[in-house]
Amino acid sequence: MNVLVCGVGGQGVLLFSDLVAGVALESGLDVKKSEVHGMAQRGGSVTSHIRYAPKVYSPLIEEGTADLLVAFEKLEALRYVHFLAPGGRLIYDPLRIEPLPVRLGLVERPDDATLDQRLAARAARRMDVPAFEIARELGSTRAQNVVILGAVAGFLDLPVDAFRSAIRTSLKPGLVELNLKAFESGQAAAACR
Amino acid sequence: MSMKLLSGDEAVARGAWEAGCRIAAAYPGTPSTEILESLATYHDVYCEWSTNEKVALEVALGASIAGTRAMAAMKHVGLNVAADPLFSAAYIGARGGLVVVTADDPGLHSSQNEQDNRFYGLMARVPVLCPSDSQEAKDFTRQAFDISEEFDIPVIVRLTTRLAHSNAAVMLGERTAMPDKGYEKQISKNMTLPAFARVRHVDLEKRIERVRAWNEKSDLNRVISGTSSPGIVCDGVAYQYAREVFPDASFLKLGMVHPFPNELALRFADSVSQVVVIEEVDPFIELQLSSLGIRVTGKDRLPRTGELDPGRIRAALGKPAADSEPEPDVPNRPPALCAGCPHAGIFYALQKQKVIVGGDIGCYTLGALPPHSAMDTCIDMGASITFAHGCDKALGANDPRRRVAFIGDSTFFHSGITGLINTVYNQSNVITIVSDNCTTGMTGHQPHPGTGRTLMDQPARAISIESVCRACGVEDVVVVDPYQVRETRRVVREVLAKQGPAVIVSRRPCALLIRLHDPVRHVDPEKCVGCKTCISLGCPAIAMSNDKSAISETVCVGCGMCADVCPRKAIS
Repeated sequence: MNVLVCGVGGQGVLLFSDLVAGVALESGLDVKKSEVHGMAQRGGSVTSHIRYAPKVYSPLIEEGTADLLVAFEKLEALRYVHFLAPGGRLIYDPLRIEPLPVRLGLVERPDDATLDQRLAARAARRMDVPAFEIARELGSTRAQNVVILGAVAGFLDLPVDAFRSAIRTSLKPGLVELNLKAFESGQAAAACR
Repeated sequence: MSMKLLSGDEAVARGAWEAGCRIAAAYPGTPSTEILESLATYHDVYCEWSTNEKVALEVALGASIAGTRAMAAMKHVGLNVAADPLFSAAYIGARGGLVVVTADDPGLHSSQNEQDNRFYGLMARVPVLCPSDSQEAKDFTRQAFDISEEFDIPVIVRLTTRLAHSNAAVMLGERTAMPDKGYEKQISKNMTLPAFARVRHVDLEKRIERVRAWNEKSDLNRVISGTSSPGIVCDGVAYQYAREVFPDASFLKLGMVHPFPNELALRFADSVSQVVVIEEVDPFIELQLSSLGIRVTGKDRLPRTGELDPGRIRAALGKPAADSEPEPDVPNRPPALCAGCPHAGIFYALQKQKVIVGGDIGCYTLGALPPHSAMDTCIDMGASITFAHGCDKALGANDPRRRVAFIGDSTFFHSGITGLINTVYNQSNVITIVSDNCTTGMTGHQPHPGTGRTLMDQPARAISIESVCRACGVEDVVVVDPYQVRETRRVVREVLAKQGPAVIVSRRPCALLIRLHDPVRHVDPEKCVGCKTCISLGCPAIAMSNDKSAISETVCVGCGMCADVCPRKAIS
């Protein structure tokens, strides 16, 4: 299974992929997870490659071979959509975070309708989950990553219940209840789609 | 024994702990930082953030001479800083096992170059181990201590970013308690006086040849017999990519690339019809094989620049790949300063000034990009001040632009101080700005000598940057708060009008270090005239919307810099 996760530095992509990789390992699979820290994280584009199978060599997913692309932001979905395998699934948050060149007016802002069309042309199987908005309603936009995890959980070929225990054991006790709620909300949002 | 997901960095730390390492020193640098952060969580290992990599390696060498297993860790360019003690350490040898970890950065994810540190082994005459995943990162590090002690030689463990920051399953082992050998005075070994060093050099050549003989039979290198041509020679993470692209080929997978296992390589080359070398960045293995008279395909086909991945290997060697082009015209998302970043305030104060600014290494290097465009150069750690000095000596009075150095607090302690002394003693008209965010920001908030805490979370005497500058002989030292943007600009202009050397310390904790609880700011659209003054702060919370500025309440941290600069008082 090849899962590519993308977003903007600070959105919690790394915690998301830690939880997925941990559950895959517990399920008895070989796991590799790769990401880049440092300068790229300062509000830049961030990716995490997660691969699990009986045996995994490369920590990197090749273009055109991702079973699942999980995007925390719409432009990032478009930036990495070419990683999807034919028939692969895109799950994305329609949230927009404008990059600096757009904010400075150096580059034109692509409108939502055009982005939707371009995503549709590249990913026949796709689902948008307003995870950021759901997390805001739950009281913390920082839970966006766990809302998306809830929405994605059913497509990972991993036991969904294991994510609940991973949330309990990996997060600070004070954050567990909120994140379990976030996980359920993500699942519910996916079920409605 | 249990399995755990560890990054390459965490696996190196685990390997050092299992090997009985007792002393470890490092300076933070992507992608090596997490090695010491992880090792500091184990018991029975003294860990420190040294002031720079040279210091770190000398600390580790000191511990080794004192009979204890010791390690120094750094990013690839850090080994340039530490090269001086590395070469001496090779002559001196290792009484307690001495391991030097270098984390190279092919692809320049967070560095100024992509140098290939395997060549340090060849030049300093020390063994180089190249693990290919987290399990090997742990096992090789552990074994590096044994090799170091057995052959009386420091050993380099070389990681790359992709290995350092990939997580994979690792079978954990237990710690072997190593008895300390204690200190013994041995001047013919530890004093590199020419008369002694000449003898030690001869001895070093014998030691490295003994390691070579050992490496011929070592299980660090593996031959994997496949069913198809070609025969592939590789090391490090390139092995994982190559297995993906050529699942049925024969492999010579090298774990120790220096000293090179010549006989093993010759036997492998004889057993296959064609030899292909797949390695990242420079043709290190290829040069060894070529010197043995083995004809290879390597850098004539594979790229010598950038990070490898399976797709690049397929493209270079003509293997079919999935046909999937990236979408065109997706706006770039370059890294940028955070909301509330105190560097933004001091950058704003520098805008529109007639200055030539030497930049340095840290988050603030991003200030070279629009809208700040605040720097002219980035060379290496500490080079802001020395660049400005050299530039000033060359230009003199012929160029009216003031020569300015811009350096962060941790970088100042790393290697800014010697340069500052040089501006005073050799008298240049340089204004040095120390942008002090009270932490090592870029690498994830490590403490430094100005913070008053150590890596092991003990209190320490905080070193005052102002006092250091005065002690270096700079009489004109002022401190500003960059959140008071207009006041900071006034002070900057005042200092720029004076004769240097002078220092401005711009002090405010990193916005990610101390979360502000100030209310988020709002723009009054009635008062906003769309002048874009606030936009020029480069804050990610502020964007233009219908010709007025607008502040995102989810991004804003309430620092108030925008309110301070707004000429219409439209932000509150």
